[in-house]
Amino acid sequence: MSTEPVAEAAQTDAEYVEKELEHGLTPHRVGSTLMEFRNITLRFGGVTAIKDVSFDIRQGEIRAIIGPNGAGKSSMLNVINGFYHPQEGEVWFRGEKRGNLKPYQIARQGIARTFQNIALFNGMSTLDNIMTGRLIHMRRNMFWQALWTGPAEREEIAHRERVERIIDVLEIQHIRKTPVGRLPYGLQKRVELGRALAAEPELLLLDEPMAGMNVEEKQDMCRFVLDVNEDLGTTIALIEHDMGVVMDIADRVVVLDSGRKIADGTPDEVRSNKEVIDAYLGVAHD
Amino acid sequence: MTQQPERAVTDDTFPKLLLANARERGGRYAYRYKEYGIWQSWTWAETAEQIRALALGLTKLGLEPGDSLAIVGNNRPHFYWSMVAAQMAGATPVPVYQDSVAEEMQFVLDHAGVTFAVVENQEQVDKLLSVQDRLPALRHIVYCDPRGLRNYDHSAMHPLEEVQKIGREAEAELSAELEKRVAAGKGSDPCVILYTSGTTGRPKGVVLTHDNILVTSRASADFDRLTVTDSMLSYLPMAWVGDFIFSMGQAYTKGFCVCCPESPDTMLADLREIGPTYFFAPPSIFERLLTTVMIRIEDASAIKRRIFHHFIGHAKRCEAKRKARASLSLGDRAQYALGELLVYGPLKNVLGMSRVRVGYTAGEAIGPDLFEFYRSIGVNLKQLYGQTEASVFITQQPDDAVDPDTVGVPTPGVELRIDGTTGEVFYRSPGVFREYYKAPEETEKTKTPDGWVATGDAGFMDERTGQLRILDRAKDVGKLADGSLFAPKYIENKLKFWPNIREAVCFGHQREYVTAMINMDLESVGNWAERNNIGYGSYQELAQNGDVYDMIQRDVEATNESLAGDPILAQCQIRRFLILHKELDADDGELTRTMKVRRSTIAERYAEVIDALYGGADRVLSEVEVTYEDGRTGKISGILAIRDVRTFAPAAEPARAA
Repeated sequence: MSTEPVAEAAQTDAEYVEKELEHGLTPHRVGSTLMEFRNITLRFGGVTAIKDVSFDIRQGEIRAIIGPNGAGKSSMLNVINGFYHPQEGEVWFRGEKRGNLKPYQIARQGIARTFQNIALFNGMSTLDNIMTGRLIHMRRNMFWQALWTGPAEREEIAHRERVERIIDVLEIQHIRKTPVGRLPYGLQKRVELGRALAAEPELLLLDEPMAGMNVEEKQDMCRFVLDVNEDLGTTIALIEHDMGVVMDIADRVVVLDSGRKIADGTPDEVRSNKEVIDAYLGVAHD
Repeated sequence: MTQQPERAVTDDTFPKLLLANARERGGRYAYRYKEYGIWQSWTWAETAEQIRALALGLTKLGLEPGDSLAIVGNNRPHFYWSMVAAQMAGATPVPVYQDSVAEEMQFVLDHAGVTFAVVENQEQVDKLLSVQDRLPALRHIVYCDPRGLRNYDHSAMHPLEEVQKIGREAEAELSAELEKRVAAGKGSDPCVILYTSGTTGRPKGVVLTHDNILVTSRASADFDRLTVTDSMLSYLPMAWVGDFIFSMGQAYTKGFCVCCPESPDTMLADLREIGPTYFFAPPSIFERLLTTVMIRIEDASAIKRRIFHHFIGHAKRCEAKRKARASLSLGDRAQYALGELLVYGPLKNVLGMSRVRVGYTAGEAIGPDLFEFYRSIGVNLKQLYGQTEASVFITQQPDDAVDPDTVGVPTPGVELRIDGTTGEVFYRSPGVFREYYKAPEETEKTKTPDGWVATGDAGFMDERTGQLRILDRAKDVGKLADGSLFAPKYIENKLKFWPNIREAVCFGHQREYVTAMINMDLESVGNWAERNNIGYGSYQELAQNGDVYDMIQRDVEATNESLAGDPILAQCQIRRFLILHKELDADDGELTRTMKVRRSTIAERYAEVIDALYGGADRVLSEVEVTYEDGRTGKISGILAIRDVRTFAPAAEPARAA
């Protein structure tokens, strides 16, 4: 059996759309390439975390990155949002080669993320936490904000409306005013997703969104991820351990193992790939 | 605000009432609904425009007179509008319980011949689509929340706003037709079909006419002097007749404002924000509210706790005096006023009941302590007794004669009759339903030709208060061997009011005396065990602990003491009881899914235990088969201790049921 990455055959957009049709997916929402990684290599001192990995993310899709522990998934996510700068290789975003930008510059470009270990402001309410996600869209300076009159007030009301729509989508109205530190884990994850959404990203990065959740919370989270993807048209790249979840919601999957890419394709293709089975699926690593 | 004059009764249907409200009080708010964190409001004039657009849209899509339109979702104004819009187009609304599974929904929609369904969201749409092949009459689905529905086939599916848009565009074409249909409506037309969740067999569709609803609404609202300035929070299922009478019938006849919460989870917060003047809740909600308050009080500082308990104690004493119609001393009044300032007022504010003028509870028996707690802090909580078939109101309590044991005097227009032999309560009223939809035999069985309806409940007129008192389901009421009345559920409810008792089953029909099997409340008793350093490995082990038995015995004896003071049920005091080694469970068929005791199943499964209760033994070996959640079965066995308990001399001569 060939160990070549399985999706090599479907490289052009047209072919991809055709492939999607075969799988019964809705083709209209997947567009052209949004982000591309060419031969990325990332080293920490002598350790090579990512070795010569190339793949792309298309507009409107849900792209999963999976792999066993230490495969380089989180490093890859950190490369995508510019926290790490690869030693070799190129990152292309919206058809332009991206230089070494600071994370906040990348956030302004329209990339938002959530964290594996929740990173919310525990003492602040759900509403305020999500409002912080609007920060990059705030136009008035601190002086105006402090006065909170005229234009600043109008601006805040407009931002609040956006936030309320997110609260509605994520069904967290009942915890709007609750300090997030008092919320259970599953809800905190939802709030974090809300904060990332508040930035209105073009590309949303989710680092293990389902980790530590029970079945019901996972189902809810899947629904929210799909809703966000479908209704807001947000492109999503996610890292996830739960294979069931990945296979259910992802359009395409990249499989990493020890920093190398070993497969890339639709869930079905990945599932039947021998190297993937050996490296990840077939071997119990928990 | 000036009081609107009572209008002529020519407005005999909801659509006509709507137009009258829009004309006479167009600027007053009719609906509020919290969306995106803000209360959105619609005046009667705006409401009329919204409903008209919806009615035109539905007509344009092909809703015909005589059709049925299903409504599935949590309370929101759009659903109430859909009901009246359907009526304008000549169709009958059929609200369906939003949590029913697809199969149940299919039965109701098919039985009612529903052609249009107005639903809340993707969840409900999915349910309908999954049974669509068995709903040949269903032609269009209208939804409120578009989330997740973008990629669905929209050939027969529309967002609600789009239907209204279609309606506004068809104004010129269809307005004459719509006006004709509204004018053709009359009071005897079906107003709504409500499906009752039958405890046995399939649900039945109760057809209520506009007359039924409007006459009953007017009478009951006048009884409580509800006016246009009142407001209420609609949060109970729309498929339940109570919501229809409160949020539709009384709101339309009196013109007051109906508020819908943002989501079911935010109900308590929304209640606080709205501060309704008219409030209905089943006992469980009142209990939940009180529990949340008590937990916070226990966490408060010692001084606050002492202030709280002191003034609550005082309020209870005052309430007892008021109930006994004794006058309060000046000192009592002064202290109550101080309590209002320090405790009762803030507490009512937290509960969202500062403005409640009329509060009702019904559906289940309410614990006297719970009931009196709310009354003592100044919430005018009352009881009512009703049925779907009666358009709710059979009896209700006047403001100045409230008692936790009784359910009130007949609502104006209602006649009551109590069967001499069985004690079953019958009623006749303008609210009596027209028929069970497509079930003439059932209708005949329930309703006599001259309009009397059997409630299925046994009760009697309480001589002391002149109010109706409900004992039990008529079929459950039995006789002890000496011929005195035995009402198991009544006694069980009394037992269940004790926090340590979760569930109880009483026996006594054609027996010498009454016995009880008790399920302790694991949470409450477990808490107690923890505080007293009593270790236990399981429910079974804790249930057989001698100290737990002592504690439950005290509760049973206190129950006996209160039964002894009851003229009818003094003979029903419990002589022997035991604590069961397992919790009664719906999975084992011992309870219904709504947690009601299934007597026959229990009598069968625990036959040897019941025999032992009536034998002389002080212990019994019990072994029952149980079903685990994953479907496996197993056996639970244990030796159960049986205790004899003290009984009390009856306070009065035993009387017979009227």
